[in-house]
Amino acid sequence: MAGGRSALATLVLLLAAAVAPLSCSVRPVSDAHRSAAAELFAASPDGSFGNLERTYEAVRTFQILEVEKDKSLTGKACKLAAEKLAFPSSSPAKDLFHAVRIISVLRCSVDSSGYDDVAARLKAVIKETNSLLELYYSVGGLLSIKEQGHNIVLPDADSAFHAIKALSQNDGRWRYDTNSVESSTFAAGIALEALAGIVSLANAEVDPSMIGVVKNDVVKLFDTIKSYEDGTFYFDEEHVDATEYKGPITTSASVVRGVTSFANVASVKLNIPGEKILGLAKFFLAIGLPGSAKDCFNQIESLSLLENNRAFVPLILSLHSKVLSLTSKDQLKVEVTTVFGYSAPPLRVNLVQVLGSDSKVISTENKELQFDLDNNVHYLDISPLKIDVGKYSTVFEVLVNCINFPSEPEHETIYATGGRNTETIFVTGLIKVDNMEIGISDNDAGTVESVQKIDLQKDTSVSLSANHLQKLRLTFQLSTPLGNKFKPHQVFLKLKHENNVEHLFVVPGTARQFKIILDFLGLVEKFYYISGKYDLELAVGDAAMENSFLRALGHLELDLPEAPERAPHPPAQAVDPFSKFGPKEEISHIFRSPEKRPPKELSLAFMGLTLLPFVGFLIVLVRLGVNLKNFPSLPAPAAFASLFHAGIGAVLLLYVLFWVKLDLFTTLKYLSFLGVFLVFVGHSALSYLSSTSTKHKTA
Amino acid sequence: MPKATNDAKLLIQSLGKAYAATPTNLKIIDLYMVFAVATALIQVVYMGVVGSFPFNSFLSGILSCIGTAVLAVCLRIQVNKDNKEFKDLPPERAFADFVLCNLVLHLVIMNFLG
Repeated sequence: MAGGRSALATLVLLLAAAVAPLSCSVRPVSDAHRSAAAELFAASPDGSFGNLERTYEAVRTFQILEVEKDKSLTGKACKLAAEKLAFPSSSPAKDLFHAVRIISVLRCSVDSSGYDDVAARLKAVIKETNSLLELYYSVGGLLSIKEQGHNIVLPDADSAFHAIKALSQNDGRWRYDTNSVESSTFAAGIALEALAGIVSLANAEVDPSMIGVVKNDVVKLFDTIKSYEDGTFYFDEEHVDATEYKGPITTSASVVRGVTSFANVASVKLNIPGEKILGLAKFFLAIGLPGSAKDCFNQIESLSLLENNRAFVPLILSLHSKVLSLTSKDQLKVEVTTVFGYSAPPLRVNLVQVLGSDSKVISTENKELQFDLDNNVHYLDISPLKIDVGKYSTVFEVLVNCINFPSEPEHETIYATGGRNTETIFVTGLIKVDNMEIGISDNDAGTVESVQKIDLQKDTSVSLSANHLQKLRLTFQLSTPLGNKFKPHQVFLKLKHENNVEHLFVVPGTARQFKIILDFLGLVEKFYYISGKYDLELAVGDAAMENSFLRALGHLELDLPEAPERAPHPPAQAVDPFSKFGPKEEISHIFRSPEKRPPKELSLAFMGLTLLPFVGFLIVLVRLGVNLKNFPSLPAPAAFASLFHAGIGAVLLLYVLFWVKLDLFTTLKYLSFLGVFLVFVGHSALSYLSSTSTKHKTA
Repeated sequence: MPKATNDAKLLIQSLGKAYAATPTNLKIIDLYMVFAVATALIQVVYMGVVGSFPFNSFLSGILSCIGTAVLAVCLRIQVNKDNKEFKDLPPERAFADFVLCNLVLHLVIMNFLG
């Protein structure tokens, strides 16, 4: 039964693997974020966080997450900021902005008299510049000083407001300065934040019509929002080159910062759909644990702004467990919290719809979930829903209760619940095996000789015998706890011979029953003509099945004919199944062995021997009295004759070169020139010889 | 038996006398053919001793010798004055043909030599 247990463990693992992707949904910010932030913003060995911007991001993230840092670190950060503020005239607005905010976050004790110089410098920057970033840093710095309790008033707030508004584009995006042509979503977030800052700093009320215009810009900006299929929304740059591109997290964070700060100062209500706000919150939560310090800061600060603003607080619906067991009568438990995990105001959660895996509507009945005040959980028994094992999409509706707060009707408007939330759940249960029958029938008539019923509850085991003219027949039914037919992922019948040769058959299933008929006549070759005792095992497994099993059914005595001459042999069974992962056998290459050559001396001797006839040829020529008297004596014919012989020699030399190194084409190229030359001089030399010989004859 | 030997001696002697009357240039051609065929025979002997492993080289060597001998036979037929068929053909023209054919033959031989 050890094999069965290991198979069961494998199936459980498979089930876990199948369910795991479902469980990674949005969860509120948790302690995991705190430790992740502490790791990402780890101080360098000298006790600082790096430059001013990074230091601000670190201290701000720790402040939101309520992570305590030791005194020396905060002291170092305060000192770094104070050093910057000592010489305001020589520092850029960006450094002053970050330094002031560090002091604001850490509540450093600094000399407040220095702030006057800083404020004067920032005001001067606002007057001079037309760059959006400079304006943003200056306004932000002044606002931070004001929040620390100093009296700061921006005298010409209207002109600064107009200077920023002048950079806005038709689609709700902003330009960085008057010279640039590209509009950017990131810049829009910065501009909105700066505008909100100017409204706070202004000594008089800013023109309400201008606020209305900006409000329309915000609405237009939210028209450019992008979304994923699962209901998360995010902002991303569209027409920005690579140097300006910041990525969706930074861009979305910038917009969230701008819109929330603008909504906090503007006295009007922004017409932003709640589902988009909720989608943004889901986007930041779906990041999970961020990979970089910058992302961490943007994620945490955006979520904090979404949690603590006056206009719209997103409420996150999360499931306690995505896997529900019908056996243990699990309840569908739903938590509704803010993004930081704080409990939501009293509200109702309804289960509106349940969809099957193929989008088939299972139930549309509106069910209100019960509320458990102690655990702050909404729950619902799933048994009345009559849902069977499988994967389902559940649609929840979150309604903030106005009835309990008749005096505060604005509650519903503040919380962004996003209307409907879709969550995927997985229902598991025990699958019942019924009517399992196994039998042997004759091939032709189909008359069943022996049918045995198997009850898997009891430890029964059948023993059958068959020959190659018979068939094995196995039928059974699977039903879910609700009595429906069930079709699991894996149904296998395994036949295992004593010598470890295994044969695996998929058991085909119809809606009614699972049935396999093994016709041994057609399978003798697959069984390698091996007769003997086979063990029968049945494996049934599915992710939704709590009792996936691998069961031994019994054994089968098989009588197969003798193997013919060229029957295939069964593959060798590895003694150790893991040995197939071991090193492979080394491949030895076969090369052609070189031909046997004669000894060198013999070849040289024969070369000399071939020269002998030539020597004999020369000797006999001399004996015959051959002479060169016929060689022309006149200079011109003599030259032609010499050239003729030289030409023949050259052609033969060319042939030797062809043999040694040249290729055919080069040889033919040279030969064509040499040939023409040779024909010319040969014709001259031979025609002279011919004329002299005829003269000789006639004379 | 001695009679037969004498007859053979006489036959060879008369053959030698008749051949002595052959013009010198035909004798040179004959000598050339003997030289070529002798070289071919030596190569055949070599192959018999060692084996025909670079078979293309062996063929090239043999065919070079046999081919040039055949061409020499052709030259001899054309140059021979007693051969009335080629009376109008000057021996120089025949020699030019012989040279050209030899060059073409040896181009092929070199290509095949390997």
